[in-house]
Amino acid sequence: MAKVRGAVVVDTEVCKGCNLCVVACPTQTLALNRNVNSKGYHYSYMENPENCTGCTNCSAVCPDSCITVYRVKIES
Amino acid sequence: MSEVADRIKEIINPENLVYAKSPLLNDDIMHYCPGCSHGVVHRLIAEVIDEMGIQEQTIGVSPVGCAVFAYNYIDIDWQEAAHGRAPAVATGIKRVMPEKVVFTYQGDGDLAAIGTAETFHAVNRGENIVMIFINNAIYGMTGGQMAPTTLIGQVTATTPNGRNVDLNGYPLRITELLAQLPGAAYVTRQSVQNPAAVRKAKKAIRKAFEIQAMKKGTAFVEVVSTCSSGWKLNPVESNKWMEENMFPQYPLGDLKDGSRADAGLYSIKG
Amino acid sequence: MGELRLMKGNEVIAEAAIRCGCDAYFGYPITPQSEVMETLMANRPWEDTGMVVLQAESEIASIHMVYGAAGSGKRVMTSSSSPGISLMAEGISYMAGAELPCVIVNVQRGGPGLGTIQPSQADYNQATKGGGHGDYSLLVLAPASVQEMHDFVVLGFELAFKYRNPVMILADGVIGQLMEKVVLIDQRPRWTNEQIAEISGTWATTGKSKNRKKHVITSLEMDSFIMENNNLRLQAKYDQMKDEEVRFEAIECDDAEYIMVAFGSAARICQKTVQIARQKGVKVGLIRPITLLPFPEKIIAEYATKVKGFLSVEFNAGQMVNDIRLAVNGKTKVEYFGRMGGIVPTPDEVEAALEQKLIRG
Repeated sequence: MAKVRGAVVVDTEVCKGCNLCVVACPTQTLALNRNVNSKGYHYSYMENPENCTGCTNCSAVCPDSCITVYRVKIES
Repeated sequence: MSEVADRIKEIINPENLVYAKSPLLNDDIMHYCPGCSHGVVHRLIAEVIDEMGIQEQTIGVSPVGCAVFAYNYIDIDWQEAAHGRAPAVATGIKRVMPEKVVFTYQGDGDLAAIGTAETFHAVNRGENIVMIFINNAIYGMTGGQMAPTTLIGQVTATTPNGRNVDLNGYPLRITELLAQLPGAAYVTRQSVQNPAAVRKAKKAIRKAFEIQAMKKGTAFVEVVSTCSSGWKLNPVESNKWMEENMFPQYPLGDLKDGSRADAGLYSIKG
Repeated sequence: MGELRLMKGNEVIAEAAIRCGCDAYFGYPITPQSEVMETLMANRPWEDTGMVVLQAESEIASIHMVYGAAGSGKRVMTSSSSPGISLMAEGISYMAGAELPCVIVNVQRGGPGLGTIQPSQADYNQATKGGGHGDYSLLVLAPASVQEMHDFVVLGFELAFKYRNPVMILADGVIGQLMEKVVLIDQRPRWTNEQIAEISGTWATTGKSKNRKKHVITSLEMDSFIMENNNLRLQAKYDQMKDEEVRFEAIECDDAEYIMVAFGSAARICQKTVQIARQKGVKVGLIRPITLLPFPEKIIAEYATKVKGFLSVEFNAGQMVNDIRLAVNGKTKVEYFGRMGGIVPTPDEVEAALEQKLIRG
């Protein structure tokens, strides 16, 4: 599992399910959850966490600043 | 699977943090619709102010329109201006406190319709302020009516058959007009629909604030934006529609690079 | 005693502004008050006191520049004449709503519309009953001499900051253009940043320091219950003004059988009318409201049981007369005499009206 390089944390109560992060994600890590938050939005989550590279594309386009991104350096 | 979960737990650790919300943004959930460009631009402004270390010097002026509540989200001092008057309010603030950093945040109705005179004359005086202009070609707050920047043929609540030039005139490229004014130091048109555009827009906003610090004149950043609710498209479709329809009318790029263009001005003799 | 000078009313507004330590003036030229900004520009106060003087692109821009600068805790003013004040109405309402102090001078001319550049008092209702939207009140001072043009700029700033409210000096073209002697105050310094922090530090937008919450200047509130409370707070402030700020002058009222009520230059004319009438043996007095808002209703109510009638003398179609009627509340006769269109009546004309409308009528 050494290829897991990044992870995102979505503040699910702040997320409005706009889907822009899902589209911006180059590794198909993110998707909208079947479940909804208390406002009724299908919040974003890591559907394929093993794909995440921690590239911050999702947080860059997020209008609600609800994504925090982590990344580890990989020694190849 | 639990191996992945364990690995993620390891990664989610302060020492691996690469992006977190700006400390200048508070925890209030923004009132904007899902996918609204306002949220991105708010964040970029907060990040720039934070990174430049100018929180204590900055005063923002919010408009009337969707961004009227901008003051709820960014942790700086704010004044809320009457519709269209933000450049006059900012002029008042900057003139009595020239050492402070002042910016306006305005939509297309505010900046390019009701406040056209204030916009033009603030820029023409070369006020040392930053003006952030959100152009989404529609009035969001009042429910999707025609804006001065509404495209030809675009359907809005007050152009139900599409904007008709015989009736409504033409989409206003106010940014091109402002770039003609000697007082304008930096004029640029940006967008925030994808990560590359967002990073470029942030650089432009930062440059605008730096121009103010250098007292070169007005720094003007248009951000071509979406309005999913007004356009009646989902956020992803809105971005696509913007690229296809807005960008030809409002092409991205710098219109003025940052040096005050007062060359060729004529002064009376004697 | 300060410097004694012979000056025009409009020039004195400028001189008093500089001397009292005003931070900024924003304005747009309009007759009959353009000398205010001209005098400021000629004096170049930015070189001495650091006062900002800026010619805006319109009265609309002027008042919103005042809004921005006033929100910074500075002492800021503008001046205009009637049509220009109409353009400022929106901004004045916003300032009242956001509780921003400022001084606004209206050197009135005749209307409606473009009207005339001759003197008038036809903006009484606009100044005292609103003019802009919403339940707000200004504090309105009516100068009757060049000296008062000077004094009310100084007083206006004191009151504006005492109440965090716009103060209007409601002058007219006569006082604006009149030349009289005036005693000027000595130059006072502008407030330092430390003084501003002390006076307006709880609300002014001077940049959010780490040790305080952000300040927001706004009149907006979406929660109706909070908005009603905001209105109630404003009304309580206006009530306090009524209790503490009523100013008037009562001339020869003690033995009066008839009382004229007039403000500004109309009161100057009526002073002469008092002399003429008394020479004829008619016991006439004059009440001159100095604050039009709050209106000196108590003194008028007191005299209502003592005199045979009031005559309101105004350069308009009869505006203040309604406030007099409310104060008198039917206890005695209230009549109006006035001229419009820029005509200033003579003392004899007023005396004739007094006789015709009150004494014989």
